[in-house]
Amino acid sequence: MREGVTEMSQRIHTIHTVSLWICIVIGIIVFGAMAYTIYAHRRSKPPEPADFHEHLGVEIIWTIIPVLILAGLAVPAAKTLIDIEDNSNASMTVLITGSQWKWHYQYLDADIDYYSNLATPTTQINSCLIDLFCDLPDEQGIAKPLRESNENYLLEVDKPLVLPANRKVRFLMTSNDVIHSWWVPDFAVKQDALPGFINEAWANVPEPGTYRGQCTELCGKDHAYMPVVVDVRPEAEFDQWVEDQRIAKELASGQAVADREKTWSLAELMEIGEGVYSTHCATCHQPNGEGQGTTYPALDGSEIATGPIPVHIDRVMNGKEATEMQAWAPQLSDRDLAAVVTYERNAWGNTTQDVVQPRTIFENR
Amino acid sequence: MVAHAEHVPHRSGLAAFIARWTLTTNHKEIGSMYLWFAFTMFFIGGALAMGIRLELFMPGIQLIDPGFYNQFVTMHGLIMVFGAVMPAFVGLANWQIPLMIGAPDMALPRLNNFSFWILPFAFTMLLSSFFMDGGAPNFGWTFYAPLSTTYGPDSTDFFIFGVHMMGISSVLGAINIMVTIFNLRAPGMKLMEMPLFVWTWLITAFLLITAMPVLAGVVTMMLTDRHFDTSFFSADGGGDPLIFQHVFWFFGHPEVYIMILPGFGIASEIIPTFARKKLFGYNSMVYATASIAFLSYIVWGHHMFAVGMPLWVEMTFMICTMFIAVPTGVKVFNWTATMWRGAMTFETPMLFAIAFVVLFTIGGFSGLMLAIVPADFQYHDTYFVVAHFHYTLYPGAIFGTMAAVYYWLPKWSGHMYDERLGKIHFWTATIAVNLTFFPMHFSGLAGMPRRIVDYSLQFADFNMLSSIGAGLLGLTQLFFLYIVIKTIRGGKPATDKVWESAEGLEWTIPSPAPLHTFETPPAWPITDAREDQAARV
Repeated sequence: MREGVTEMSQRIHTIHTVSLWICIVIGIIVFGAMAYTIYAHRRSKPPEPADFHEHLGVEIIWTIIPVLILAGLAVPAAKTLIDIEDNSNASMTVLITGSQWKWHYQYLDADIDYYSNLATPTTQINSCLIDLFCDLPDEQGIAKPLRESNENYLLEVDKPLVLPANRKVRFLMTSNDVIHSWWVPDFAVKQDALPGFINEAWANVPEPGTYRGQCTELCGKDHAYMPVVVDVRPEAEFDQWVEDQRIAKELASGQAVADREKTWSLAELMEIGEGVYSTHCATCHQPNGEGQGTTYPALDGSEIATGPIPVHIDRVMNGKEATEMQAWAPQLSDRDLAAVVTYERNAWGNTTQDVVQPRTIFENR
Repeated sequence: MVAHAEHVPHRSGLAAFIARWTLTTNHKEIGSMYLWFAFTMFFIGGALAMGIRLELFMPGIQLIDPGFYNQFVTMHGLIMVFGAVMPAFVGLANWQIPLMIGAPDMALPRLNNFSFWILPFAFTMLLSSFFMDGGAPNFGWTFYAPLSTTYGPDSTDFFIFGVHMMGISSVLGAINIMVTIFNLRAPGMKLMEMPLFVWTWLITAFLLITAMPVLAGVVTMMLTDRHFDTSFFSADGGGDPLIFQHVFWFFGHPEVYIMILPGFGIASEIIPTFARKKLFGYNSMVYATASIAFLSYIVWGHHMFAVGMPLWVEMTFMICTMFIAVPTGVKVFNWTATMWRGAMTFETPMLFAIAFVVLFTIGGFSGLMLAIVPADFQYHDTYFVVAHFHYTLYPGAIFGTMAAVYYWLPKWSGHMYDERLGKIHFWTATIAVNLTFFPMHFSGLAGMPRRIVDYSLQFADFNMLSSIGAGLLGLTQLFFLYIVIKTIRGGKPATDKVWESAEGLEWTIPSPAPLHTFETPPAWPITDAREDQAARV
């Protein structure tokens, strides 16, 4: 097991090591006895088998000894558990919301929130051996070498969770859809994120650095593709980052106003839209818009992507209930939503020539 | 006795064959059908496992896309648990319990026929979901809500109905076994004189009768959540997704022991035979089995340490779970003491029984480690858990069944299996099991989550080893199929007693066992029975 960097992960590592060695020692004794008897008490050795089949004393002894060993293990485990469950006196709180298949981080003490998506491109993941069995042939055969040169394959995100070193950070976990579980092995924090309920956990990380983990509760198709990356910075750097975020947010809102006022050309929106599509849509609907069966319908030539514009905007902004098609309105800017709708209407075989402006999206919010 | 023969008009060829096997009420024929059914499901579930291991052979997506992979994982679990292990044990019970307690048949033969014939329909329905729009169930064999309710594919309803049918089959089978054991023992056979295989099955039957209705309840709640606007598992309507997990694991943990207790019984039959020495601590074996069964009802929360339970609840479940190590330890010590100063020979059943004890104990060790809550936060839902339960199930339930088949097949078929082939099967299977599942401890400790279709590069070596082991393991079981067929078709005739120092009523009847046995109850204790037998000859 990884020793990790926090006091808790190291205490847990000690408990793990001790229990492992207890098991190994018991194993050596028991299996040793069995090996000895297998060797020494073969039929070829003593001519007559013994005839004992009960011994109350021995039976009581080998009932009591395990009880004592277990008690010896349970006490330190219980003490550690009590400390782990002590969520008090945190200096800051982050609300972590899981959704299919990304994490949303919200700093409750500062006005910061953002999504954290897998950054490994699909060109590294999909390398189909036999076309018959999968939809995504790796035409150039480039996936494997690319993958093997990426040491953080599947463990990298676009925006990591940024935390300060040496401060007790409280995490609140919840979910928007199914159950997820947020795990960073180096912190020994693993906590399920349940829809409609909030769980607590905490960490106090002494060492700045980048720490990586994954979702550990089966949450649907891309369960393997929702990593957790935590970027722990020295306290001063962290405070600077919070300040930077505040300024960036103001700029973004000024930018958003400008975006709405401008009238965009088809070419501009197509370029932005392609990027948005490949980050958020292509995992289900596929880069070529062909979808995957009926669960992830094709967009190329689809009724919605070539039919009335308001229906298309509504589906992208508000999603479809009880499916993995989620509401994108709270996740993307007006500009990105306008761009991706425009892109879907004009990419592949779709040639509607429709241009959806950011202000139309804004009016639909 | 032969009621079915009177009902069936004279037919010939295929019609007669079908009528015989669909209408039979004979415990031996039904037992054989259970075993063949389980064997078939074992290969289907195994084929799914081969698919999983092929995809995990190296990082990246090669053969199976992520959505389809989840269907493989789910169906592998469901088929192995409900289609392979449980029917195999019921099949052994059908064959052996009447023979071991001197009963002419199961107490409720028609019910016996019914509880078997539900199964092929249940599994046909479950497997057909692979060909449905939206695919097969894809939420893991634990089918946690809301992934299986709000987000489940349409085929979930077929899954729910299939689980109901399996549940009915199991409960009826369990009732039959209990009634048989309580009412049809040879006159004079006290409960505390029954063979341990019978004892462990009696306790298992109690577990089945109490646990399966809980499973039926939880899938029914799913059904109403999906279609009748209830909100048992949805916070939107005032429910709680955790209720699902509590109810599921209240069934699930006893279920785990349903899949191992008969294995304990098998080891307790085989080891004394080949050690040529009576089982050490018969009484404590019975009490230990009963304690494990009792504890299985109060430890379900240890599957849920990461869901955010209150501190005192976590403590209680931790301590109760650790206590299971005590009766389980007693059993292992008893088996070792049985071998101690015996005169052992190592025929294939004995080899499988010893491997069962050793490898199951390794699974027990990792189980003890998993019980420690703080450490479980790191182990939970990683490959360490996968390694743990495969060590208890494969060398436990599956090796136990194989030991039983080698042990009793000569009695059933009248032929000895080929000892040399049996030994080759044993050694290749044992090496392959360890090659497959031991590296999973390491990939889990290194941080690899369960049920992922693709993994980061650090886990690549361990996964490649596991996949190679799994391929070998699949081949060894095809070899086992060959050995079984070869034995049934011919081979050295088996004697009535088969094994030099086998004890029990099943060894007093001829090999192969005639269709009808013990039409008049045998005398008990057994020494009289042998003299009786000799006198008749």
